[in-house]
Amino acid sequence: MSLRGETAVVGVGLTEFGGLPGHSHMEIMAKAIDKAITDAGIHKDEIDGIFSANFVEMLTPLTVAEYLGINPTYMDGTNTGGSVFVNSMQSAAAALSLGLCNVALICYGSNSATGPFTHPPAMHTVEDVYRPRNPITPYALAANRHMHEFGTTKEQLAEVAVSARAWAQLNPAATMRDPLSVEDVVNARMIVDPLGKFDCCLISDGGAAMIMVRKDRAQDFPKKPVYMLGVGSRTDHNLISCMPDLTTTAAKEAAAAAFAMAGVSPADIDVVELYDAFTINTILFLEDMGFCEKGEGGAFVSNGNIAPGGSLPVNTNGGGLSCVHPGMYGMFLMIEAVQQLRGECGERQVDNAKLAACNGSGGFLASQVSAIFGTQETL
Amino acid sequence: MLELPDHTEHLKDDILAEQQNNNNLETPGPLQTFEENLAKGEFRIQQCKDCGQHVFYPRLLCHHCGSNALKWVAVSGKGVVYSSAVVRQRPEKGGDYNISLIDLEEGPRLMSRVVDVDPEEVAIGMQVSAHVGMINDKPAVLFYNKEQGDKEW
Repeated sequence: MSLRGETAVVGVGLTEFGGLPGHSHMEIMAKAIDKAITDAGIHKDEIDGIFSANFVEMLTPLTVAEYLGINPTYMDGTNTGGSVFVNSMQSAAAALSLGLCNVALICYGSNSATGPFTHPPAMHTVEDVYRPRNPITPYALAANRHMHEFGTTKEQLAEVAVSARAWAQLNPAATMRDPLSVEDVVNARMIVDPLGKFDCCLISDGGAAMIMVRKDRAQDFPKKPVYMLGVGSRTDHNLISCMPDLTTTAAKEAAAAAFAMAGVSPADIDVVELYDAFTINTILFLEDMGFCEKGEGGAFVSNGNIAPGGSLPVNTNGGGLSCVHPGMYGMFLMIEAVQQLRGECGERQVDNAKLAACNGSGGFLASQVSAIFGTQETL
Repeated sequence: MLELPDHTEHLKDDILAEQQNNNNLETPGPLQTFEENLAKGEFRIQQCKDCGQHVFYPRLLCHHCGSNALKWVAVSGKGVVYSSAVVRQRPEKGGDYNISLIDLEEGPRLMSRVVDVDPEEVAIGMQVSAHVGMINDKPAVLFYNKEQGDKEW
């Protein structure tokens, strides 16, 4: 069976972004869960599926179940890095469709800005000795290779950050809303060349939660349901030295699978939400998902083409670069897609948005999970 | 049901030794073997006896064909820079350094540093050669843009 249109998002919740001092990651997550439950108009005891992962604990779904005082029938704590919540959304859609659970909660919370700094569990690898300053260096290596092969420039990378900032200026919830120019980005302090300060995402506190149900119940909630039309998940490495081609990610196959399931093409999409941990990401994913040809991403993002008023609205909340980035961003981009399709986005609302494409990225450009969401009329 | 004492830590070594005997694991795994070779100044990678392709990082299974028949081989040490980045670091902490991905002549790609030119001067396509040196007090494969002697691997 296809998962197309079988499930819908009926509740979403976001915390405030930036610094939430004195809160544990679970407390931040609980704030988001409370908002999602309220948004969906349900009681917490109706939740029987939990999908959650983070960098600071191993048994997150158990913590969430205990914290909420519920005894779920289905739990998934898979961790694929920042892509995981899009991956979880695929698992939730499958579990809901098979009747393994009836109300799925996908949730994340992080105090990575104000909490004690916590390293992910150490992996012993052949790269450690060189101190590659992960996660930035792998993306710098990808950016440099893209510049070498296709003539992509630092100015074009900067256009991604400038566009994200322009969207953030329309989003009262975004963390960074001061004006930003291409010159500001290009002249900023280098972190790992060719990536400077503004090519890198924020480090925030923040939480996000989402409630999904089967389509037969999707109309029973206060908000307009947003349907999951397609999803695809792929990965082609973990260490950056094992990535087959630094200029093409597994999003190429993941997005192809998601578009095929949804029965739509990139030309049909009204709004795009991508995991922009670094400026090169947006260029890579726009190419790999088919919004432009491979190698043309730099030109595609230039001249305001993905900014407000451009031909393709991309990262309309301001993205990980300017809105919020609490370690694992995949949850936030899906919620922005849902809110755009509900028409709840105020000044940054994309007119008449019916179809949204998302791509979550995990590890160092490794796990790629694409998803297509649509309104009722796209079913 | 087996009654275990509160603290079984003292049994761990005996249990491990017995399991190693049973599993015939007297020799270390590929990753440790690689590091032991480096400590002797030798840069060796694996080659699959079945498909003939080279394998890096060291594994128990060939990621090309799935075979478990991997052997250690010497390499030419010749490589080409596939991509490069400059990690910026304050001078008092050691200053900027280069991180590169190097494509070995034998096929595999690995992370390393090109250490005999300025970090910004390391260019994609640059010909480099491998030598075992020390970095952060550990033996590691490093690359030089100019030949550094004619050491054989």
